[in-house]
Amino acid sequence: MAEKQVTLMKGNEAIAHAAIRCGADAFFGYPITPQSEIIETLALLKPWETTGMVVLQAESEVAAINMVYGGAGAGKRVFTTSSSPGVALMQEGISYMAGAEIPGVFVDVQRGGPGLGTIQPSQSDYFQATRGGGNGDYYVIVLAPNSVQEMADFVDLAFTLAFKYRNPAMILSDGVIGQMMEKVVLPPIKPRRTEEQIKKECPWATIGRPADREPNILTSLELKPEVMEQRNLHMQEKYELIRENEVRYEATKCDDADYIIVSFGSAARIGEKAVELAREQGIKVGLFRPITLWPFPSKQIVEAAKGKKGILVSEINAGQMIEDVKLAVNGQLPVEHFGRLGGIVPEPEEIVEALKEKFIK
Amino acid sequence: MKTEIIISGFGGQGVLSMGKILAYSGLMEDKEVTWMPAYGPEQRGGTANVTVIVSDERISSPILSKYDVAIVLNQPSLDKFEPKVKPGGILIYDGYGVMNPPTRKDIKVYRIDAMDKAAEMKNSKVFNMIVLGGLLKVCPVVSTDGLNKALYKSLPERHHNMIPLNMKAVDEGMKIIQEQK
Repeated sequence: MAEKQVTLMKGNEAIAHAAIRCGADAFFGYPITPQSEIIETLALLKPWETTGMVVLQAESEVAAINMVYGGAGAGKRVFTTSSSPGVALMQEGISYMAGAEIPGVFVDVQRGGPGLGTIQPSQSDYFQATRGGGNGDYYVIVLAPNSVQEMADFVDLAFTLAFKYRNPAMILSDGVIGQMMEKVVLPPIKPRRTEEQIKKECPWATIGRPADREPNILTSLELKPEVMEQRNLHMQEKYELIRENEVRYEATKCDDADYIIVSFGSAARIGEKAVELAREQGIKVGLFRPITLWPFPSKQIVEAAKGKKGILVSEINAGQMIEDVKLAVNGQLPVEHFGRLGGIVPEPEEIVEALKEKFIK
Repeated sequence: MKTEIIISGFGGQGVLSMGKILAYSGLMEDKEVTWMPAYGPEQRGGTANVTVIVSDERISSPILSKYDVAIVLNQPSLDKFEPKVKPGGILIYDGYGVMNPPTRKDIKVYRIDAMDKAAEMKNSKVFNMIVLGGLLKVCPVVSTDGLNKALYKSLPERHHNMIPLNMKAVDEGMKIIQEQK
């Protein structure tokens, strides 16, 4: 087998390359900083000439997500990408997809908010991502990459999980990971699925009515409450299954640690450096990184935190994931927060200082 | 070995591309690299900067508060990053862009008159390559061989005829960089 080719690219570019290589059928999106390189790269690579993948700039984010709804409803691997205010606009469509159990993928390269906010990096969409985001009792599967390599790897993973559970899946990135360049090995090339494969793998898909079955109807609307409750209960069972099977995380240097930093995405990279710096100063710190933000690795955090003196949740927001960490450890040890806001990205030293100030004094 | 570098100057001076070429050179030599730009309105005229890390080991944070090397090409960049050079680290500044030279005594300070040299070479576009040459002279994070390969790899083929001129600019930079005491 040929040696794997290592290239240098931005996280945003990696998303575009990976999507084409993993057999995506269509992209619908609308440009917004800091993720416009995704649609730019797709336009540059012209996948419609090679794999036949459709790339379309919609007239708005609302249009884009409804195009995703339509394409994915036909069993296609369809995705969209945006940044925080654009993802907020998409929430209606995502809620409809969750309700109709349609498996799409969307990428949020976060910037600071609220509102139009700033174009600089932030992680303040944690609540929006992990609490469903739109109306109704639902969740989307949320993956948080911390490197350009994971940006590339998580595209196929998100599609796989979305189709496995018939549920929208999200890649929650931010301006740091989207804009930085790192080495990456792109995923292997998978052909797009044929109509026959889709018919077989997605018996629910609306692909034209074959003679051998009743028509498929995909909708989130159900006016009979008894039926709607059953549908909701079915979705809750599905979420329980996802919680049991799909938790992903990484624990580094936690075994001998007195304190644990819990961070995701770009903040986890900065946290990794904070761990190095703290250990140079003789403070034993470990890093726990949730990779799936929903389902959240609650049990695993409890396990990692056993016998520790405290947890510092370091996020680039005012304190969002800390709620899940507190729920997980349930008062068994002190949990404090450190974050910077408004597009300011914390420096590793600040995290070490915060750790000292809050726990060691 | 890990070298953490900040390059900062006016938007349009080639700060981001200099960082990119450095990162590509690291890639050519099988090193770990990250390139983290300031991606705001700076690209359209303000102070632009990019953090480049070249390392033999895994790189943790792409965001740093202290640097081994700071390359500053205008006064606001010098004012911002001189205090952020690690003790014993390196600061390189362009003589034309800086009115008040650096004052720290616990770091190595180098001056490179790259703007003047580029004018002499009658090509303002090679300015950043002269600076890059200066860097590689005083802090050889990558070899000129790696750099040459990186240019062929990262530039579109229609620009390959410009590579010898750029490598000449690198040579000039290596000659004219001077330690300030």
